[in-house]
Amino acid sequence: MTAIAPGTLPKSSPRGSAARARLLRGLLPALSLALVLIAIAWLNPRAISYFGFTLMLNLAIPIALATIAQMFVIAGNELDLSIGTFVGFVGCITATWLREAPLLGIVVLLGSIGAYALLGALIHLRNLPSIVVTLGMSFVWQGLAILVLPKPGGKAPDWLLSIMSFKPPYIPFPILAALLIAAVVHFGLMRTSYGVILRGSGGNAAALRRAGWSLLRTKIVLFALTGLFGVLSGMALIGITTSADANIGNGYTLLSIAGVILGGGEFVGGRVSPIGAVIGALTLALAASPLLTFMHIPPDWQVAANGAILIIVLAARVLISRRER
Amino acid sequence: MTSVRTLLEKPWIWSFAGALVVWLATVAFTGGYGAGGMVTAALSLAVFTVIVGVGQMFVITLGPGNVDLSLPANIGLASAVAMKVMGGSDSMIVVGLLAALACGAAIGAINYLLIWALRIPPIIATLSASFIIQSVDISYGRGLQIKPSPGFADFTNRQVLGIPVLAMLTVVFTIGAALALQRMIYGRSVLAIGQNIRAAWLAGVHVGRIRFLTYTLCGALGGIDGALLAGYFRGANVDIGNEYLLASIAVVVIGGTSVAGGKANVPGVWGAGLFLVLLLTMLNTFGVSAGVRLVLTGLIIVGVITAAGGEKAVR
Repeated sequence: MTAIAPGTLPKSSPRGSAARARLLRGLLPALSLALVLIAIAWLNPRAISYFGFTLMLNLAIPIALATIAQMFVIAGNELDLSIGTFVGFVGCITATWLREAPLLGIVVLLGSIGAYALLGALIHLRNLPSIVVTLGMSFVWQGLAILVLPKPGGKAPDWLLSIMSFKPPYIPFPILAALLIAAVVHFGLMRTSYGVILRGSGGNAAALRRAGWSLLRTKIVLFALTGLFGVLSGMALIGITTSADANIGNGYTLLSIAGVILGGGEFVGGRVSPIGAVIGALTLALAASPLLTFMHIPPDWQVAANGAILIIVLAARVLISRRER
Repeated sequence: MTSVRTLLEKPWIWSFAGALVVWLATVAFTGGYGAGGMVTAALSLAVFTVIVGVGQMFVITLGPGNVDLSLPANIGLASAVAMKVMGGSDSMIVVGLLAALACGAAIGAINYLLIWALRIPPIIATLSASFIIQSVDISYGRGLQIKPSPGFADFTNRQVLGIPVLAMLTVVFTIGAALALQRMIYGRSVLAIGQNIRAAWLAGVHVGRIRFLTYTLCGALGGIDGALLAGYFRGANVDIGNEYLLASIAVVVIGGTSVAGGKANVPGVWGAGLFLVLLLTMLNTFGVSAGVRLVLTGLIIVGVITAAGGEKAVR
């Protein structure tokens, strides 16, 4: 499997076609987003406006945050199958305790980030398969969400509502938020020295260990970051929907994995891209519902559209990688 | 004494021990009431987990990263296909089962095709496939005759001396699977690929063909499981397979199969399947709320995995 991982040649000769292929590969996430946007503009030109984008991309903010959360675990060669129910759990806390008893709410949310950090430590210390552990945890989060909020309801705190309905001049809020998220995470993970260590823990764990870095610590940090962005995603989601439901985030697990891969991330080797992940999330958010609605395709096929986009982009990536060799 | 020790060294003994402990705890709680009925119920429900569990086991044994995430969608679609083909008439039972089998096998084959053609990790391939299957199912299953034929529903619910017929058949099937795994070239090849795919390839194992067969087999088992589920619960629906994503992976791991691949264990799948079902029965008997039940189920699975421990860094 690892023998056929495409593009593992960081220092390949800068010859023309190979370099072009690499550039094309890097631009692939942006190209797919552009393609979806062009399709929407062609089908419904009025959607390409300040209000159009605000409406179409509103739900993209929590999806982008969940995708970033997933990206951190994937950077460490793990996978989080509980992020969806975790987002739902955070949503339920946000719509109840964070409004009624802010201090308790904050403590619980910080505690849940701590739980993620502990999970990272557990997975590292006992060498556990993260798929199984997080699948188990997905039950835990869902159960807790039901305990907190047995019936759909609750209400988002007012300050959160006003943040999420912020209307900046000229640039729609979702786009501004996406830019901000991408920039912050890109700087933290790709431009700082500890970010390199974090990605290295997925790329070559043995080398990092020999160089004296604690793999336990990198795993804890990666999982805690996943928890942090999961919390942000749940809060953003409730800020938009205004009320919560224990199942509200269930679809996010698969969406977030798809977003990371769509954005150019690889499953192994710590190869991830924060900017790509955000673009991947935007593409999925746009393609899943607005595009289908404009094409008059019934919502039954929404999930299939996500799968099809994933397959098409991956196929394109294979074609490009083949030229890269 | 030595026989006890060799027994304790078997990786599957722990899942059966767990099932026994949970059963005893429940029986103690009810004061002995319904002890036998509980076993019958556990057997008839565990069957469905065991069938997909065996499929998932073969896939996971292929090595790190190999896992079939499309099983829930596969089960959902196959259950709808089987019920549609049967159309409520007893004469079409075999045809319906074959249709479900073919549908599942086709999904498995498509999964491997994606893995092979796009050179992507199986997780992503089966995930993308499951997105599409799910949509096909939603759109195909809408407004469909989804009741099983009476004969088929009876067959899936029939018991002899308190033992469900399906459970007996599944025991026969798992013995066959164990023989295939340990005694047949196919099974040995799967194990070899899981231990070291390159070494297996150099040794002349048809790696591509074996992986293709394994994914197809897993898909086919998912398909037949969907049909049986629809018969047992007297109707198909889109969500019928949802719980089998976690269940299929959990029984494989709890049952003592290595997630790193190359080491599989068939009896453990039965033990773990019974353990999961009895665990649910126990929590229901204790009368805990749905939320507490979910939390406890999750914590116990994480606890069991932690206790069992991993051997090598895997995903």
